[in-house]
Amino acid sequence: MSVSLSKLEKRTAYTLVLPAVLLVFAIVLFPIFANVWISFKDIELKDIRIPEPRAKKIVKSISENESELKVIYKLRNSSLIQEIRNVQFQDKFPKNISPIDLDQRCNFKSKKIICDFGNWEAKYRENFEVIIKNTNDEKIDKKIIKSRKPILSGTANNPLLTTNFTLKNFKKVFYENNFVELLLTTFYFTFFGTVGAIIFGILAAQLVNQNIQGRTYMRGILLFPYVGPVVALAYTWTLLLDPNSGTLNALLVNFNIIEKPINLLGQKYITMSILGFEFKLRLALTTVIFFEIWRYFPLAFLFILARLQAIPQSLYEAADVDGASPIQKFIHITLPQITAIISILFMIRFIWNFNKFEDIFLLTGGASGTRTLPINVYQQGFAVSDIGMGSAVSIVIVMLLLSFMIIYFRLIGKKANED
Amino acid sequence: MKIKSLIIFLVISSFFLTCILSIWKIMSTLQGLSFTNLNTTSVFLIGILLSLVFVLIGKRINHLIKIFSLSFLFSILYFYLNEASPYWYIFGVFLITLFFTNKLKKYSMQSLKEDFISEKIIFDFITLFGIVFFAFVILFPFYIMLVTSFKTQIALLVNPLDFSLDFTKSLTELFKSYFVIFKTYNFGRYILISSAVSIGTVIVTLLFAIPAAYAVARLNFFGKNFLSTSILIIYMFPAIVLVIPLYTLFSQLGLRNSIFGLLIVYTATTLPVAIYMLQGYFKSIPKEIEDAGIMDGQNWFGIILKIIIPLSLPAIASVALYVFMIAWNEFLFSLMFLDSPKSFTLSRAIQYLSGDAETPRQYLMAGSVIVTLPVLFIFIYFEKYLVSGLTAGSVKE
Repeated sequence: MSVSLSKLEKRTAYTLVLPAVLLVFAIVLFPIFANVWISFKDIELKDIRIPEPRAKKIVKSISENESELKVIYKLRNSSLIQEIRNVQFQDKFPKNISPIDLDQRCNFKSKKIICDFGNWEAKYRENFEVIIKNTNDEKIDKKIIKSRKPILSGTANNPLLTTNFTLKNFKKVFYENNFVELLLTTFYFTFFGTVGAIIFGILAAQLVNQNIQGRTYMRGILLFPYVGPVVALAYTWTLLLDPNSGTLNALLVNFNIIEKPINLLGQKYITMSILGFEFKLRLALTTVIFFEIWRYFPLAFLFILARLQAIPQSLYEAADVDGASPIQKFIHITLPQITAIISILFMIRFIWNFNKFEDIFLLTGGASGTRTLPINVYQQGFAVSDIGMGSAVSIVIVMLLLSFMIIYFRLIGKKANED
Repeated sequence: MKIKSLIIFLVISSFFLTCILSIWKIMSTLQGLSFTNLNTTSVFLIGILLSLVFVLIGKRINHLIKIFSLSFLFSILYFYLNEASPYWYIFGVFLITLFFTNKLKKYSMQSLKEDFISEKIIFDFITLFGIVFFAFVILFPFYIMLVTSFKTQIALLVNPLDFSLDFTKSLTELFKSYFVIFKTYNFGRYILISSAVSIGTVIVTLLFAIPAAYAVARLNFFGKNFLSTSILIIYMFPAIVLVIPLYTLFSQLGLRNSIFGLLIVYTATTLPVAIYMLQGYFKSIPKEIEDAGIMDGQNWFGIILKIIIPLSLPAIASVALYVFMIAWNEFLFSLMFLDSPKSFTLSRAIQYLSGDAETPRQYLMAGSVIVTLPVLFIFIYFEKYLVSGLTAGSVKE
């Protein structure tokens, strides 16, 4: 009885879970494996279509004889790398029309020219000509001939499913792609974006956690950047920071804070001198990081606030009795209570910033030293249209992500054991 | 000791006053006033004077009379020290000073003797300053987005600082950008597509997620633990690494430029988090209620439909809103999969609009306002549900 019940339970569970699992598998997990496959292939954007035979029909008159016409079919293989096997051709003509001196590969049957063109190698091209004649010696209407489209068919391998592999993409990723700079930019962006968001999150949470008027409104407003659509926000910022007529530059120039407008999103470096030391700051990257902080500190804020509100008030009361200062209270009570959530936030934001594409893409398009790994995936795959190379960069991202996760869980696991 | 805390009090409070007055000045500049100097030094000095007089007077006169007279005097002083400015601007200065002196209420010569008073002063004013700072930094871009949509490109190129709205113009003239993007750029269609995709995603996600979450929360089956941990790991996996394989797959299947294709992808990417959020809530429903249902001869379908769903409506609402927001705001996949204007979503349409350098910025901003407003309204109206959704949406302790 109980055995059959637990069997029934299992079967029910699988029925309930399976649709979701299958969908996620097809759209999320399968592509990750597919990436590995594609990254070992020398394949470009234009190759992903399955090759097909194509024909362009041209109708020409020959001499003055209007009862004869020349039909030219410009045949070609649509693919530059794949062969098409067993190409079949068919074109239908009006009645009373028949071909003269038909090619050996073809025959004429019930008003149709049917040809067997055999195999076409990659890049195959041929001008296939047929001369047709009206058996009644009347004029042939060109338009009718032209309006009928030939039907072609053939079998070809899906270029994605062939088994010729290459290491070329990975070699290119590591040796011809400014890999070190790419990695450094990604790490700068990720690290400072994450740390900045958490710091501002702590500050904002501290503010809202006090007894101030209108703190629910404040909490709502603080979340605006996070819930707003990235496209709208990024373009607003681009306008705001525009060097020619952007509000920020205009204000700074107006109040004589700077002499001439600064192209915050379009300039790679800016030379700063502090205390006589001159150093170069990655300007566009810094601006993008600030946008990132602006957009994502609300998430950190929300989590830290939730944690702050769970700290028992008695701890602070006890500290008051002991005569602790506000700073001491923050360091000895608040901070230890929020370290756990900060470490989790750090991991989540680190991983998400590491993969951030939209923000940088919309602000700079990856120009002026803001090219990170995710931007590179897009550039390789769609701007340079080297799909294989884009996949190889994706694989590098996945590998790095997996190692972050392993490192994080090792560290956290160790800590949990020590506690 | 008292002198030290007095000095800290004067400097910090005056610094705070200078900051809000500067923000007021910047905002007024954007209304077309031609200020060219923030005058921070003189404002700072008279701010110190104001705070000093405030604590010296102490409780000798009624608080209301005190703040009104002090603010009035301050505004007059400000008026003479500053560039020529209209009366409404000075009235704003007066109101700000009133607010500021009211905040000073708890400080007097006596209170400056308390323990840790300097730290408390710093904390107090940093809090105030922080609120003003955060509110300004966050709302300013939204404000610029909104007002730009009412201006014209030419006016902004002539004076990029004048965002004042000309209310003498007719309404059609004022809202011209909105009419243009609906008429010329077909935004009505994009709103429909975006809504269809987002609402469709919500429905399909819930259809898949509720049964799966129920199974994970309640039933015992092989691979359950593996499933619940992998849900989170999958959620962490980035969209950008899915893009190339999905693009090739969708090209071969002819699913690009189709709303259906977009819907599948959105559903699959939001499913893990939806399952995670729902199963957490389902676990909190007492099991006895379900047992009663089983006694009544309900099968799992009946239990989910008649017991679980009615009891967890708040959680379902927050999942639905969260998923709606993700789908509405989504950009990467719509950029990759849609290249015919016939099937654009709002985000993709705005990006397409910006690709043409000739597009005047007010159209771009009007489009941005249109895509932003619905989410902000939903967010403000359902904040309670959404906040719990957002918090649960990422990993919980």
